[in-house]
Amino acid sequence: MLSNKERKFLEDTARRLRERIVEVTYSCGGTHIGGAMSQHELLIALYYKYLNIDPTNPRWPNRDRFVLSKGHGGVGHAVILADKGFFDTALLDDFNKTGSPFGMHLDWQTVPGVDVSTGSLGHGLPLALGMALGGRLQGLDYHVYCVMSDGELQEGSIWEAAMAASQFKATNLTAFVDRNKFSLDGPTESIMALEPLDKKFEAFGWRVLSIDGHDFDQICEAIETAQAEKEKPVIIIADTIKGKGIDFMENQAAWHYAGVDAAMRDKALESIRKMK
Amino acid sequence: MAQGLTWTVEDADSMTQAEIYGEVLTQIGQQNEKVVALTADLAKSTKIGRFWEKIPERFYNFGIAEANMIAVASGMAETGLIPVVSTFATFASMRAAEFVRTDLCYQKRNVKIIATHSGTSFGTAGTTHHCIEDLSIMRTFPGMTVIAPADAYETARAVSAAIEMEGPVYIRIGRGFEPPLHKSMDFDFEIGKAIELREGTDVTVIATGVTVLHAVEAADRAQQQGVSVRVLDMHTIKPLDVEAVVRAVQDTRRIITVEDHSTIGGLGTAVADAIAASGKGCAFAKLGYQDEYSIVGYPEDLLHIYKLDADGILETIGLVLKQDFEQDENWEDEI
Repeated sequence: MLSNKERKFLEDTARRLRERIVEVTYSCGGTHIGGAMSQHELLIALYYKYLNIDPTNPRWPNRDRFVLSKGHGGVGHAVILADKGFFDTALLDDFNKTGSPFGMHLDWQTVPGVDVSTGSLGHGLPLALGMALGGRLQGLDYHVYCVMSDGELQEGSIWEAAMAASQFKATNLTAFVDRNKFSLDGPTESIMALEPLDKKFEAFGWRVLSIDGHDFDQICEAIETAQAEKEKPVIIIADTIKGKGIDFMENQAAWHYAGVDAAMRDKALESIRKMK
Repeated sequence: MAQGLTWTVEDADSMTQAEIYGEVLTQIGQQNEKVVALTADLAKSTKIGRFWEKIPERFYNFGIAEANMIAVASGMAETGLIPVVSTFATFASMRAAEFVRTDLCYQKRNVKIIATHSGTSFGTAGTTHHCIEDLSIMRTFPGMTVIAPADAYETARAVSAAIEMEGPVYIRIGRGFEPPLHKSMDFDFEIGKAIELREGTDVTVIATGVTVLHAVEAADRAQQQGVSVRVLDMHTIKPLDVEAVVRAVQDTRRIITVEDHSTIGGLGTAVADAIAASGKGCAFAKLGYQDEYSIVGYPEDLLHIYKLDADGILETIGLVLKQDFEQDENWEDEI
């Protein structure tokens, strides 16, 4: 259970950085804003409570690793990395511009704090597994966290990695599914059904925790349960809302990728400020 | 011998090409604890299983799932390990191609792929198990070093050199039963530098992989007929030894490339690019699979059928010697 102070800090941080995602979306012309909003609390909890990282030494060998397997959520990740001090927030003015360090999908070679380059779906879980196995082999006690989209679970390589993680008992790996129930073309269950997702991962040898992905108490409890698990890799299926916090974007597949004009930006900011 | 790592292969005559690389890799692994070995249920077939026997704690079998294996190797490399991945060429280069491109090459990860059963070396397995596309595919990935050693000794040298360099490397070998080209480990080997196996002034045969041995035999037979054939063992396809190619054009004016691979995108294309860029004219022929799927058969039969053995190369030498090409700046007589 979080203290009131801790919960308020996480919620205030989430709200403040949601606003920044909207600002970047406005200034650069378009981002994957819907998914950036659904994944947001998971990343905030990790970056502001759990990840053992050093913004002054982004490649510190014993740091915890974070993989945004749903690389299109890069705008949300970049805003957090800037706020953590990995680089100057002013650099985000160049987001998605020619020659910018930031594409929509972040590259570890140009964005400090990014551990692996993602964007092509289905790569993040095996990349994270490699870092987990590498750490364990070398006696490093860091933990690897990987956030996947739900749509990308349609990629076969995710299930190859799911098998391997349980085969190798990669308990220093914790995966999340940002279960916002939409991919680009529509609802996942009508495009290519994923349910019963919990049973699928259980059958692949994972411990499955199902939570509300916007509730910090549930997120933090699940992460701590995952950290303590010593038998199986843990996957946290986080029930989320695409476009969360922006009333006119919520649960709309059309906001998978989009830009906002000044009026929409103001409406979005107003909606975010009304969040609890 | 590569600096830093020391290894010896005793009793090489009784070992196949694949067994020798397995042995060398294991010896290197015993000296360098950063080296880890990965396979996709082909430990026995690829001979990386030797590593499994000797260093089980640094050996990972990912089952029949190549894409996952490549991405995991990338993640391992991020932590400072040197993963050596072995599977059949067809799966490494095609099944897992986008993972090789995105997770190894684009992300500049220090992973070495040893792709076995390349070309038609697993000829009787059928065309699904042939791999005549990998040199072409791997060449296009920026940052990838591509090597096709001629025999077991070269493979051992290539594996050792690959581990000593930083960055992704694709080493393409056969099934492991190919006869040796070299007589011992005692020859100069440097990634990106062709080995001149025969001096010659009339024509140059630039070969790679298993076909190098056949090129040498063809050159020796041509010599008996009074034709002087230079043979270059172009074990590294990328970066290509452009200087050796251009020197061959300058000296012999007739070039033949030979590869157990498609004529599209592999050694022949790389050499043709180098010749075109040099601005020098020459007679030129590419031997390989001419935009067709190779048929089922014993490897030695297939090399013969597709004119990649000594007979085929010798025949092509005859054709190229007769081939006309523009040697001066006056093109009027060519029209």
